[in-house]
Amino acid sequence: MKAQPIGGRVVTPVTLLLGLLVAIALYLLGKRFLLGLGAVTNINDGFPWGLWIAWDVVIGTALACGGYAMALLVYVANKGHYHPLVRPALLASVFGYSLGGLSVIFDLGRWWNAWHIFAPAYIQWGSVMVEVALCIAAYVVVLWIEFLPTLFERLGMTDARAKLDKALFVIIALGILLPTMHQSSLGSLLVVFGYQIHPLWQSNQLLPLLFLISAIGMGFSVVVFEACLSSVGFQRPLEVPILERLAGILVWLLVAFLVLRFLDLAVRGAVGAMFASGALSFWFWLETVLFALPVVLLFKPQARARRQALFLAATAMLLAGALYRINAFLIGYETGPGWHYFPALSEVLVTVGIVALEILAYIVFVRKLPVLPRAH
Amino acid sequence: MTITRRHFLKAASAGGAAATVALATPAPAEARTNKLMPPKALGLLFDATLCIGCKACVAACKQANGMPQEVSTPERLWDTPLDISGKTLNVIKVYQHGTNAEKDRETNGFAFVKKSCLHCVDPSCVSACPVSAMTKDPETGIVSYDKDACIGCRYCVAACPFGVPRFQYDTATPQIQKCQLCKHRMPEGKFAACAEVCPTGATLYGPVEALKAEAKRRLAMKEGDEAVFARGDIRTPYAPHVRPAAKYLQRIYGETEIGGTQMLLLSGVAFAKLGYPDLPAQSYASRSETVQSTLYGGMVAPLVALGGLIWAVRRTTKNGEAGE
Repeated sequence: MKAQPIGGRVVTPVTLLLGLLVAIALYLLGKRFLLGLGAVTNINDGFPWGLWIAWDVVIGTALACGGYAMALLVYVANKGHYHPLVRPALLASVFGYSLGGLSVIFDLGRWWNAWHIFAPAYIQWGSVMVEVALCIAAYVVVLWIEFLPTLFERLGMTDARAKLDKALFVIIALGILLPTMHQSSLGSLLVVFGYQIHPLWQSNQLLPLLFLISAIGMGFSVVVFEACLSSVGFQRPLEVPILERLAGILVWLLVAFLVLRFLDLAVRGAVGAMFASGALSFWFWLETVLFALPVVLLFKPQARARRQALFLAATAMLLAGALYRINAFLIGYETGPGWHYFPALSEVLVTVGIVALEILAYIVFVRKLPVLPRAH
Repeated sequence: MTITRRHFLKAASAGGAAATVALATPAPAEARTNKLMPPKALGLLFDATLCIGCKACVAACKQANGMPQEVSTPERLWDTPLDISGKTLNVIKVYQHGTNAEKDRETNGFAFVKKSCLHCVDPSCVSACPVSAMTKDPETGIVSYDKDACIGCRYCVAACPFGVPRFQYDTATPQIQKCQLCKHRMPEGKFAACAEVCPTGATLYGPVEALKAEAKRRLAMKEGDEAVFARGDIRTPYAPHVRPAAKYLQRIYGETEIGGTQMLLLSGVAFAKLGYPDLPAQSYASRSETVQSTLYGGMVAPLVALGGLIWAVRRTTKNGEAGE
């Protein structure tokens, strides 16, 4: 099945609205760089990491795991049967990771020193953040190389395309290894926080694994979610047989996640905390229900062909993964009495602007480049 | 061929899944244990029972470190920091309960406590910092900050179990601020300003070993007996402060907490009530670095995984175009 540009107008009311949201974010970022982080965000010394880290980086890159999850499936576990969904997933990952990486700069107080994290003279190898930063940066490069064949195809550069194809297997292998490393390390970031992370979310041993599994689950779900939206938005048929099989894998991935999650809680003696932690218990159970929902919705193989069930399950999984991260990084984080954090409107608008830029770029690319599979 | 769970599981057991396996079940690696106290470790002994809450140390700290005022009262007449911050490295806080009748008593009592960097033996901030901006001196153990290395990520602020490093949110060129034990005054032969000005010896400066011995001596005192307390630097003290010994909790805070700290505390009131939480003996830095070295030690697991992945992807893409 060949991919082709879907064509159509680029300037529409939707893209204009997205452009406006990007402009607002740019204005607010200007303010942030002139006056400091406090001028735009509500972060403080009790919550030094806010929305821009928890959402833009930790959740943003997990939402951009579609390319990773599909590569894992297509190139490792199967023999190339999901090709029609690889390119759109890859494209979303290219933008998700590029902007996730870029938005880190907005959050860095001393951003002009950001290059230090790549300079051996400065690197402190014991820091989990070094691993995360190096891996994400390398993966952004890998993603763009993985996406090059699509560009070459559009530009008719068949020679370059053939040459790249010969070496692409190494790039693809790296494209699987790097997210495995940094998506797990995003969980490991929390280990050094010690008691400041509530026992419902702190875990020395399983944080990396739980973050990794949930990121892969979010990757598959984002593919299903985007396929459903693309089919409605661009009025194209839904790739049901493929999505059906993705759904089956998602179910078992989530079963594994929930079993590990509860075993870990039991081993750490945090069973009582599930019920006795007040508001935190509520957030824990909301998160758990969201993780369990796709299993319930898609457990019967017949259900996996229904667009509605697929869309609902994918949405639940994305919310579950996002809430798990918000819970671990913000809601379950307590550094002492008297500290509060809720994102400022201006802080939220910057995040909205980044998401708008991702969607805008995605729309332009699929209209101009051979990304989506040819409609039947 | 269609993918089924059986196929997926079968493939998952193949070489390609080496990635997941290598990362999920790492080879047993040497766990990183707590770091040890540097040989010439310097620190402070804060004795809450001696502190009268005069805040001379707060003012002296501001002056010695050239820090700006922080006003919190409507009159805006005095420097009145409520907590350590991007503008304040040291504060004295008060614990109050009920009628506040008696000092250093938990019920119906009150107590003063110092808040500033504890200069951990195995600091979380140093372990968290990605660019070596937070460092621990191998000789003195002083935990220092280098603004020229810092990228402003605030991982240190988030990681410190005592909430010590503070960030400046109101400037385009922010820095982290924390006590560095007045190391800039050492070449002039001076020591920590807070201990230098303390009139009662509540904050005492010196080698950690000597301070620990002094703390043990105080814990052995009998309540009400006349006792002698050194002031300033324990090695070259000023004229001592003589007064009856208070009732101490039999505990030196900082002796074992997350691998020990170079500021030690004594108190008559439970430390948790004074903002010093009960912490395990294993440092959080060692836990975090054990996780990292288990997964990435010598980059063995990632390289093995990469080899397996290259093999698996090559096998899959041999007969078709990878980029299609």
